[in-house]
Amino acid sequence: MSRAGPGHVVIALSDVSYSYGDRPLIAGLDLSLAQGSFHFLTGPSGSGKTTLLKLCYMELLPTHGAVSVFGTDAATLDRDGVARARQRIGIVHQDCQFIDHLTVSENVAMPLSVAGRDPERERENLAELLAWVGLSGHADARPPQLSGGERQRAALARAVIMSPDVILADEPTGNVDWEMSERLLMLLVQLHKMGKTILIATHDLALIRQAKGHLQARVLRLREGRLQSAGSDL
Amino acid sequence: MTRPDPALLRMPDPREANRVVPPTGIAAWLTVFVSAAMAFLAVFALALLFATSRLAERWSDELARTATIRISAPSEQMAAQVAATLRVLDQTPGIAASRALDDAEQRKLLEPWFGPDLPIDTLPVPRLIEIVEDPEGFDAESLRLRLRAEAPGAILDDHTRWRRPLIAAAGRLRTLGWLALALIAGSLAAMVTLAASASLAANAKVIDVLRLIGARDSFVARAFTRRFTLRAMAGAAAGTLVGMIAVALVPRSAGSTAFLTDLAFRGAEWLAPLAIPLLAGFTAFWTTRIAALRRLRETR
Ligand SMILES: Nc1ncnc2c1ncn2[C@@H]1O[C@H](COP(=O)(O)OP(=O)(O)O)[C@@H](O)[C@H]1O
Ligand SMILES: [Mg+2]
Repeated sequence: MSRAGPGHVVIALSDVSYSYGDRPLIAGLDLSLAQGSFHFLTGPSGSGKTTLLKLCYMELLPTHGAVSVFGTDAATLDRDGVARARQRIGIVHQDCQFIDHLTVSENVAMPLSVAGRDPERERENLAELLAWVGLSGHADARPPQLSGGERQRAALARAVIMSPDVILADEPTGNVDWEMSERLLMLLVQLHKMGKTILIATHDLALIRQAKGHLQARVLRLREGRLQSAGSDL
Repeated sequence: MTRPDPALLRMPDPREANRVVPPTGIAAWLTVFVSAAMAFLAVFALALLFATSRLAERWSDELARTATIRISAPSEQMAAQVAATLRVLDQTPGIAASRALDDAEQRKLLEPWFGPDLPIDTLPVPRLIEIVEDPEGFDAESLRLRLRAEAPGAILDDHTRWRRPLIAAAGRLRTLGWLALALIAGSLAAMVTLAASASLAANAKVIDVLRLIGARDSFVARAFTRRFTLRAMAGAAAGTLVGMIAVALVPRSAGSTAFLTDLAFRGAEWLAPLAIPLLAGFTAFWTTRIAALRRLRETR
């Protein structure tokens, strides 16, 4: 696995097809995420956005074609290899996914523990990060006690605590009001300015329109198993 | 935006991956309880092993110098009958060696009763022939029949031979002891597998989250193995302790053949049951790990 510099392709899908059963959901799709790029992935509900993200973080392997992550073919990685690659990818899952009996701070710091880093030495960073996502007052709450927007922000905090190269966010503004989705967008914009590669799956066109004011984002539309570039003109 | 006090933040403990799995009720207590019960039984199986080993050892020693043949005959026939007896013994399967005791040895045997100056050559004292059996042993009845025909004065005295089937029984008991230990370990492994599988199923979401944030299989497995290993060890330690106390309380009797009351540990043997909690922990560790890794293979 190579350390990607600016302009390097971090995740590349070439001629990728995927089907859950007989019906192909994704067919002959190409995508490449360059280091530091910002992409929106959009498309109607059920078009396969989540599936495409799962292919990117290797929860699914393509039924045809190849997915390459940090320069390595996903099909050749063993389970530990997948785990190590994921430590460099911040994933915001569609349903956030927390360990419900642990506190928000423990959940957010868990990737450190998982990667074998000593969370004790990251207290300052964690405090900073919780403040940054506006969860200072909820550090000791359990995830089920959080509102939708708070959960999304906690998930985002957990996704970035390892300072990953790539952030894959699936509907990060899912069930969140307008004000909150703007706030989440600004967090992602800040991450982009730090040089992170970002891919956001969303069917929220207002979010995409709003992002245009802050950065150069490419918008990809998933339709009938293929990607259409919607450019930045939405 | 105010920042929370870093010192007050709850952090995941990197060494305690087990916090990741919520403390679960019934499976946890079942593991502790079954481990304790199995350890208790294992203590008795161990005591049985030691008791049967001691018994077999002691009796085998006695058996090694087993049978004797006593020949009473008029002195002019004595030499012929001794020779005939030795010839018969030579041809009898199951006899490793046989030998007529000489006068000095006979005198020594009689000394406690008659003093050292017994004129053994002039007295009508029976001659003694010592028989050493090979491990298969000989058929006492057919030997008696042949001796009656060829050396009518010869009397086979095999008073210790009745222990032979008991030694075989002791050997069988020892095999049963080992089998019991194996079954106990197997039952513990089966129960831990069930409990671990239940825990793995109940924590499917935790496993998914951990994989999502880049946990390696060994990290996830450790979260489960630590718990079950510690529970099994704690339960087994308690069960072993109670078992050892119970064994210590078995009433003793002085008789060397009182097998049942010999169900005990002697000296250094008391150290052996201390291995039970360790073996229980080892068993729980590996069964949980295997169950966890098998479950993990279902996801990516
Ligand atoms: N595990 C699965 N098994 C079978 N079908 C699935 C599975 N996951 C998703 N699908 C189907 O694939 C299609 C695309 O799902 P998804 O990738 O979640 O779309 P989106 O995120 O764009 O809404 C949907 O029709 C959905 O029902
Ligand atoms: Mg989706």
